[in-house]
Amino acid sequence: MTAVKGIPIFPTLVLSIFIFSGIFAGFLAPYDPVENHINEALSPPAWQEGGTTKYLLGTDHLGRDMLSRLLYGATVSLRVGFIVVFVSGGTGAILAILAGFIGGWVGMAIMRLTDMMLSIPYLLIAIVMAVLMGPSVNNVIIILVVLGWTQYTRVLHSEVLRIKEADFIQLAKVAGCSKMRIMLRHVFPNIVNTLIILGTLNLGQVIIMEASLSFIGAGVPPIFPAWGRMLADGRQYITFAWWLCVWPGLAILLVVLSCNLLGDWIRVRFDPKFRQI
Amino acid sequence: MKSKTILEVKDLKTYFFTRHGVAKAVDGVSFRLKEGEALGLVGESGCGKSITCLSILKLVPQPAGRIVGGKIIFDGVDLLSNSEKEMRDIRGRRISMILQDPMTSLNPLFTIGEQVAEPIIIHQKIDRARAWEKAKEMLTLVKIQSPEVRMMEYPHQMSGGMRQRIVGAMVLSCQPDLLIADEPTTSLDVTIQAQFLRLLKEIQERSNLSMIVVTHDFGIVAKVCDRLAVMYAGKIVEYAGIRELFNHPTHPYTKALMDSIPKMDVKVDRLYSIEGQPPDLRNLPPGCNFVPRCSHVMEICEKEPPGESVVGDGHTVSCWLSCPKWN
Amino acid sequence: MQRYILKRVALAILCVIGVITIVFLLVRISGDPVACMMPPEATRQDWEAARKILGLDKPLYVQYWRFLLGVSRCDFGNSIKFEKPCLDIFIEKFPNTLLLGTVAMFFSIFIGIPVGILSAVKVGGKFDNFSKIFAMLGQAMPVFWAGLMLILVFAVRLKLLPVAGIGTWRHVLMPAFTLGWFFTAALLRLSRSTMLDVLDSEYVKMARIKGVPETLVILKHAWKNASIPVISLAALNFVFLINGTVITEMIFAWPGVGRLVVDSIYARDFPMIQACALISSFMYVFANLIVDVIYAYVDPRIRYQ
Repeated sequence: MTAVKGIPIFPTLVLSIFIFSGIFAGFLAPYDPVENHINEALSPPAWQEGGTTKYLLGTDHLGRDMLSRLLYGATVSLRVGFIVVFVSGGTGAILAILAGFIGGWVGMAIMRLTDMMLSIPYLLIAIVMAVLMGPSVNNVIIILVVLGWTQYTRVLHSEVLRIKEADFIQLAKVAGCSKMRIMLRHVFPNIVNTLIILGTLNLGQVIIMEASLSFIGAGVPPIFPAWGRMLADGRQYITFAWWLCVWPGLAILLVVLSCNLLGDWIRVRFDPKFRQI
Repeated sequence: MKSKTILEVKDLKTYFFTRHGVAKAVDGVSFRLKEGEALGLVGESGCGKSITCLSILKLVPQPAGRIVGGKIIFDGVDLLSNSEKEMRDIRGRRISMILQDPMTSLNPLFTIGEQVAEPIIIHQKIDRARAWEKAKEMLTLVKIQSPEVRMMEYPHQMSGGMRQRIVGAMVLSCQPDLLIADEPTTSLDVTIQAQFLRLLKEIQERSNLSMIVVTHDFGIVAKVCDRLAVMYAGKIVEYAGIRELFNHPTHPYTKALMDSIPKMDVKVDRLYSIEGQPPDLRNLPPGCNFVPRCSHVMEICEKEPPGESVVGDGHTVSCWLSCPKWN
Repeated sequence: MQRYILKRVALAILCVIGVITIVFLLVRISGDPVACMMPPEATRQDWEAARKILGLDKPLYVQYWRFLLGVSRCDFGNSIKFEKPCLDIFIEKFPNTLLLGTVAMFFSIFIGIPVGILSAVKVGGKFDNFSKIFAMLGQAMPVFWAGLMLILVFAVRLKLLPVAGIGTWRHVLMPAFTLGWFFTAALLRLSRSTMLDVLDSEYVKMARIKGVPETLVILKHAWKNASIPVISLAALNFVFLINGTVITEMIFAWPGVGRLVVDSIYARDFPMIQACALISSFMYVFANLIVDVIYAYVDPRIRYQ
């Protein structure tokens, strides 16, 4: 993979564009994403026959500009993605440290809970919750956080167990450090690496999850410009208006791919012994 | 009794082609092994002893490693010109090898019996029941108690010493002509080491087995070997019979190694150790490889690698100090 | 071995009870089930009446107990839309999903694992590079997009396969491939990585030293060891499969459990969705149990714990 000073170009570039678009969608988008231009509905992208440069990537079935919707969609994905990753990652890490370090009944209870939650197919339970809570971006965030911390705890728990046995922990105990201090100053910094890797990979997953929920109608409200929604709307027009589905799908693919590539790169960089792709 | 030469290695070169350069792991190694003889290969980690052994079996780790030159003549046939199929026939049946770590040499998912019987089934083409019987005999030979019970068990249920003996049974089951033992006792407890070596010696004497024993321990060499080759940075620097070498170590490296062995009857304030680090095999100096750590460096040593000089009966050294022309 | 199995079964039962509890709590926290079911013109009395029928006026622990008892008797409540027991409807639709899932797993296992093994054996070569890219894409592409793109290419442009529905073997291909796509990539990566580790091990070297033919070294000595984590992943995949069926069946109009769930969303038939969630969780726990037993069968070190 080509790299500049070791950092992989492609994923970093894509993710930078993604984050930039998400934050500055308001300034970058040529149109309001919910503005209808019915007369110009389903117009193809600029380079195809019938397309105009007025709507670079074409318009959807209600005449809304694809490019603008794509940019605002980035905002939704960005917001959901980062909040969910930070909150569920943080929660998951804390629970993993508690479970691993304190152990005993607390540890067993936390890990059993984790296993049980991981037994429930997330999409189904997310749908149940979404139907009851009603469609909104904040509800999606809450649901994904409630369901998402388990992956972190599962993986980090084994890390904590491994670190617990290390000599420097024993030395800290001998030196008289309190449990809280050891957890904060000795255990946590050592799992940060794994946490970052998990977080990066998880970002892609969360974006897909949010898009999946929106796609089946259990996520953001209908008018919202979310990528998953756009795909759902565009489904029926796929035979003659391919651009309705391709752009949002491509956006998701590129962002998730970049998250995965970056996550893998970080993993290899932090531990060259890792031999995964 | 004049015994014939069973193995002759001539100018063997095995290189590793890495992203950061070519590592010359084995760079022109030559030696001879007679039937029934035990040759010791001694040297520091990374000097090329293990790769030499793997080269004989043509099991050099690929794709980075490649045998780039030389001849390995085993019982009259140059192994390097053999096809893979011909090599597979030789491996296990005529040449066999014991690896260093008994904890990982056995496959954890198969029973002891299956693993010991496997080479028998493959090479001797007899049915499973008879192969199983033979496996049991082999286990008895290596002094495993109640072999019938052990054969149904799994490796993780055995101790390190037992596992190494089982590996011994496994590799000797088809009565090979040559056994290569790569640091066979390094991973074993000290008390078990002696047992294992005695066993090895017994079997060797009984079946006139030729052996190559790779080790960094002179004590083992003294117990088991007839001849000794000292290796450094991919080359053999000294080659002699045991007695001759212990009495007249000639190469500076050999002398330094011997000096490093603490002696019970001599009181010292500091233990002697050889200065410097083993060289980077990708960046070898011109001239003699030992120059950076040698205390008798001459001008010629830095310019040209030394050739072989004969300094005694069956005793050769690669050192300019021993070259009559230069002294 | 028997003790190991008994222990696993006990844990599985505990897990099932835990799942029921968690689902119960999450549902109660999320919102008011009555709000879903009531038409907009319903009056206050209608709401009260509905609550009474559903037992929602009772204290929480009573509700929980009834819920637990109900589920243990395989009573998952009645569907609002169909006005039949949820379980019956589930059983009706399940065979279709099972068919789809089985074919998808088939694809995944018979494409993912051999490609992964071959990539490890020929590490660094062209085949390896190609499969790495394939795996990368496979894991980054969301299920719905993969499905839609396949429809675009094979049904719309090339007109080789039907767009949607059930019927002939042609109808199964695209949905099964879409469903299994992600898992194929995951299996590929995992098989490749475990094989690479195992091929480097001392016991594989030993097998070669013994003169074992190379094919046997790879398939018998190496793969048996490498397959252990892969088996574990196979069980985990069951969850992905369930998540994926919802979307795949929606896209391809496949009349299975997934489609049922999507329809229930629009009908706001939350008992149906809840039932599906519970039943699939149970199936997952059961699948995990089976895998644990297979594990013990394959790897003797586990049996003796």
